[in-house]
Amino acid sequence: MASELQTQVRAFILENYLFTDDESALGPDESLLDRGIVDSTGMLEIIMFIEDELGVQVADEEMIPENLDSVNRIAAFVSRKK
Amino acid sequence: MNKKQGVLSAQSLDFDMDAEIDRISASLREILSQTLRKRGLVVAISGGIDSSVSAALAVRAIGKKRVYGLLLPEQDSAAASTSRGDQLARHLGIDYEEFNIAPTLEAIGCYEQRDQAIRSVFPDYGDGWANKIVIQGGLEGRVNHFVLVVRTPDGEMKEARLPLQEYLKIVAATNFKQRIRKTMEYFHADRLNYAVVGTPNRLEYDQGFFVKNGDGSADVKPIAHLYKTQVYALARHMGLPEEICSATPTTDTYSLDQGQDEFYFALPYGQMDLALWAKNHGHSAAELAAALDIDERHAEFVLNDIEKKRAFAAYLHAPGILVQHLGET
Repeated sequence: MASELQTQVRAFILENYLFTDDESALGPDESLLDRGIVDSTGMLEIIMFIEDELGVQVADEEMIPENLDSVNRIAAFVSRKK
Repeated sequence: MNKKQGVLSAQSLDFDMDAEIDRISASLREILSQTLRKRGLVVAISGGIDSSVSAALAVRAIGKKRVYGLLLPEQDSAAASTSRGDQLARHLGIDYEEFNIAPTLEAIGCYEQRDQAIRSVFPDYGDGWANKIVIQGGLEGRVNHFVLVVRTPDGEMKEARLPLQEYLKIVAATNFKQRIRKTMEYFHADRLNYAVVGTPNRLEYDQGFFVKNGDGSADVKPIAHLYKTQVYALARHMGLPEEICSATPTTDTYSLDQGQDEFYFALPYGQMDLALWAKNHGHSAAELAAALDIDERHAEFVLNDIEKKRAFAAYLHAPGILVQHLGET
């Protein structure tokens, strides 16, 4: 069962990067970079979403794929920081 | 990917310069006469190594009477750039003119839009301040992001991570510079029935270090297959003025001195060239690490960063994309 945070992150990416609400378009563990869904500017947009919409500040050293490169990684990172 | 060839070292980039000059010259003549059907070439000369070598190759190919040079400074260009451009045009003996694009940039809002974005980070920014953008992260395996560096009128340096919207606005505003320059180049090309030369080297072309519909736009790009190290070697081989051969590559776009490696590339150009060569010829991160005397993890990040930038560059290279292929064109 996806958490509310996972659902929110996935909906953001589906709507803004893939222009769809079809959840089958993006698996929760799929790499956003490897699938070519985000480039470096796209990644900065995700960081802005995390900071502005989810209320968590991302420090420079936290801007790594391990924290940001899938729906589940983003959700896990944000819930650790909250 | 090409096949792996020998041990990776600075000598990997050595090449037969006379043969290369002949090959480029012959290609330029053929492209102009057979494909573009134009009478000559317009080259915007920045005072940097790439436009200088491109202009010199244009002269070798079709003669100085058929090459028209443009010096297009604006308020943030270094005075030394214009002076080197002037020196090059006189050295080559081509017709040229200088046109300051600052009033055009002022009228279109380039400086004002940029300064508004800077002021949302540094509210006191204004006359007497200087700025530049520095890239960070990719070299440490992090997401590439941007830092705004300013110098106050008192000489104090300050820096802050750039929020995305401000970063995008500063880049969008400064991109006016390359796009207005290109507009001037095509004015002269249309007037003379000439073609426009684009001057990216291989590193810039491959990695997307250019502005779409700005300096990325041109009719022919004579040095896009040459590594920057090779462009420097050609400059010396062709006897271009010493000031040009020894100039440090800068963006010449921001008011603080800004090396190209600070803004875009992970390493200084000589090392980036070797990394790109390694990538293109199937050398491993371990081989690159040994050639550059850096650790293997670092070399791995550099190779990954090349891959990411290459993917981004695909957008910059792409023409307007049609929804349906037209069989007739």
